[in-house]
Amino acid sequence: MSMNEQEFRQEVADWMATHLVGRFACLKHRGGPGDEEAFPALRKEWEQELAAGGWVGLGWPKAHGGRDLPLALQLAFHEEYVRAGGPGRIGHIGETLMAPTLIALGTPEQQRRFLPGIREGREYWAQGYSEPGAGSDLAAITTRCWPGEDGRWRLQGQKVWTSLAHESEWIFVVARSTPGSVGREGLSFLLVPLDQPGIEIHPIRQMTGEAEFNSVFFDGAVTEADCIVGKPGEGWKVAMALLGFERGVSTLGQQMHFIHELQLVIDVARANGAARDPAIRQRIADAWVGLQGLRYNGLRMLEEDTGSTKVRPEALIYKYAWSNWHRELGQLAMDVIGVAGDVRSDDDAVRRLQQVFFFSRADTIYAGTNEIQLNIIAERGLGMPRG
Amino acid sequence: MKLSDEQRALQETAADFLAAHTNARKETDADAELWSRIVELGWAAVQVPEDLDGLGLGPVELVLLMEEMGRRLARTPFLANVVLAQTALLQAASAEAQQRALTALAYGERTATLILGPGLDAEPASLTVKARRDGDGWVLAGEAAQVLDDGLLTHAYVAARIEEAPGVALFELAVDAAGLSRTPLEVWDLTRPQARWCFDEVRLTADARVDDPARVLAGLARTRVLAALQLAAEQVGGAAQCLQLAVDYTKERVQFGKPVASFQAVKHRVAEMMVRMETARSTVLGVASRVAQGAQGSGLDDAALAAEIAAARVQASEAYRYCAQEAIQLHGGVGFTWEYDPQMHFKRAQWASQWFGPTRDWREALAAHLLDAA
Ligand SMILES: Cc1cc2nc3c(=O)[nH]c(=O)nc-3n(C[C@H](O)[C@H](O)[C@H](O)COP(=O)(O)OP(=O)(O)OC[C@H]3O[C@@H](n4cnc5c(N)ncnc54)[C@H](O)[C@@H]3O)c2cc1C
Repeated sequence: MSMNEQEFRQEVADWMATHLVGRFACLKHRGGPGDEEAFPALRKEWEQELAAGGWVGLGWPKAHGGRDLPLALQLAFHEEYVRAGGPGRIGHIGETLMAPTLIALGTPEQQRRFLPGIREGREYWAQGYSEPGAGSDLAAITTRCWPGEDGRWRLQGQKVWTSLAHESEWIFVVARSTPGSVGREGLSFLLVPLDQPGIEIHPIRQMTGEAEFNSVFFDGAVTEADCIVGKPGEGWKVAMALLGFERGVSTLGQQMHFIHELQLVIDVARANGAARDPAIRQRIADAWVGLQGLRYNGLRMLEEDTGSTKVRPEALIYKYAWSNWHRELGQLAMDVIGVAGDVRSDDDAVRRLQQVFFFSRADTIYAGTNEIQLNIIAERGLGMPRG
Repeated sequence: MKLSDEQRALQETAADFLAAHTNARKETDADAELWSRIVELGWAAVQVPEDLDGLGLGPVELVLLMEEMGRRLARTPFLANVVLAQTALLQAASAEAQQRALTALAYGERTATLILGPGLDAEPASLTVKARRDGDGWVLAGEAAQVLDDGLLTHAYVAARIEEAPGVALFELAVDAAGLSRTPLEVWDLTRPQARWCFDEVRLTADARVDDPARVLAGLARTRVLAALQLAAEQVGGAAQCLQLAVDYTKERVQFGKPVASFQAVKHRVAEMMVRMETARSTVLGVASRVAQGAQGSGLDDAALAAEIAAARVQASEAYRYCAQEAIQLHGGVGFTWEYDPQMHFKRAQWASQWFGPTRDWREALAAHLLDAA
């Protein structure tokens, strides 16, 4: 570890120690997946606090207001952030999905228009991909869009499972712009303001009891002519580039929370005696082993040449590996907690683990289900023929 | 953990060379030839320090070599000579003994194995050879039930319990020492030959004791852990080959008018193999580069080292067993035959899952580390 990194870590730790206090203190370790309903307004203020401290967009190029930090330092930031109890990032869709896509494929005007709002925690984003009839088969999208006489785009249709739409200012939408087109052809990638008469957002209650995602209905909703990323009809390419970010780097920060969650399991096991059960001991050790696998696989993925066009096995397997690991951790946590797990707990640690247990059931579904991941691994990674 | 150009070149050379010279299915008289070519390539000199005429490289380079050897099930004394004997000397021997032996081991003038407890357990209580003082020298007595011994050895390093003053010492002896008898064993994994060694009052001179008493215990424990990382690399190579065999076979095999590989039930199985194998590979590579950095002094204490390597060890053992089992299944009937390679990997995978301790033991050690600390 270079001295540089040590100093940087110290800087992060110091900053967290002096900022995650006072009115923000209640946010410690809150607001992760499965806990998005915790203090949303305060968490947005926290995002702005973070931004003011220069901690958003660490990996973005300097030209786009980022700090262009090397990977090791980005990781160090996430580690120290979680160690200090940093809350779940309500701005992650914007920061880790929308922004890299705009940096890669947006126009200079779009970059100037949208990146500062994301970086400064002023504008939040939702992802409008899935529809009732288009989940794994994303290319089956039927939401339509067309340019009106004024040149602005109009939208008609329904998106579903849209995380955090109710907390967001903007949504990126994949919609069919060429009437009669099928599959990947004729789609467009639009940036749409959510607060307008043509849009209705209905919360969907999840198995956790909370409502982090929504149905979003478009009924003649509009957006400006220049709010299209890529060319009309070529939205699939943009959508896939974004999914690449979703399945890769973006989750790395979130995964730092895994370390914390495993530690909570260990603490509970030590407190309630489960730590003496040989079978539980084996599983806790295994969870730790699995975490090292994710960690090293993530490092390998990110340290390779990003310029290389070769299919990288470590990147292909990553989503499947971490989501399964997390799901198993959830089950392990509940097995450690035992019968007390049947009751919604007041104990922060146990409550968090209950959320992990339930929410991790979604990890193997969103961003490409397990089955879709395995298809991708087999076909792209191993060259197996399509069925 | 990004590989340097030199490391990539080494990896490619090893892959090409071993693909061309695999001996797993040849008569054992091909082994000596393979081994001498490996020595010529300098692979036995990889971790020997430069001042002893070695290449002064480290765990990452060894990992790359071991992975390729595992892929081809190479039958050589590499594991015994380089990974075990040399590491034991580096970690536990006196400077004088290192000077005497390491260059010879690196250049094939000697080929050695290491004897610890069964399955290469380094716990003093498990050592089955005892040493007794005899004037200036020593007498070794006892039996080592399963020693890695492919017949090409000239020497052995034996960890023995000292009878009078409780303790452990490391002895060097030649395989023709009087009183030593070696009986080859009928092993299932033919690519990993073993023998039973009986020490019937083997007399050694004083300078046969090669350990540095101050570090012998910790050094042997570390040898076991570092060697387990290398074995994990070998396991990853074997798992990768099982995956390759399964992919190649199912793409060729036609049933119901289509290649079997086009069925989703088959695709998902090979994809799962890839997930486990690549995860283990990431960990082995990552841990090896951490160990290499640690060697340059950025501190990885013994407990942290053992924990990191446990992760590699558990993943690699499980991945190899899983991939070997799946490779057999995905080959159908031919997968059960002697003619096809999956069975060889299946046997190697089982062997490797037991040496240096089963995953259960590594997990329990980790659990103790995670759960029982004050
Ligand atoms: C918590 C959560 C948050 C989400 N957030 C968002 C969001 O913000 N924005 C957004 O656009 N979407 C979001 N999603 C939607 C998510 O991307 C989809 O749920 C996912 O892609 C699966 O689609 P589906 O639900 O339609 O399932 P389906 O596609 O109907 O799948 C049903 C089952 O069939 C299997 N299956 C389908 N096709 C195949 C195949 N070819 N081979 C084998 N098996 C197959 C699937 O694996 C699954 O097991 C979210 C989902 C969850 C759970």
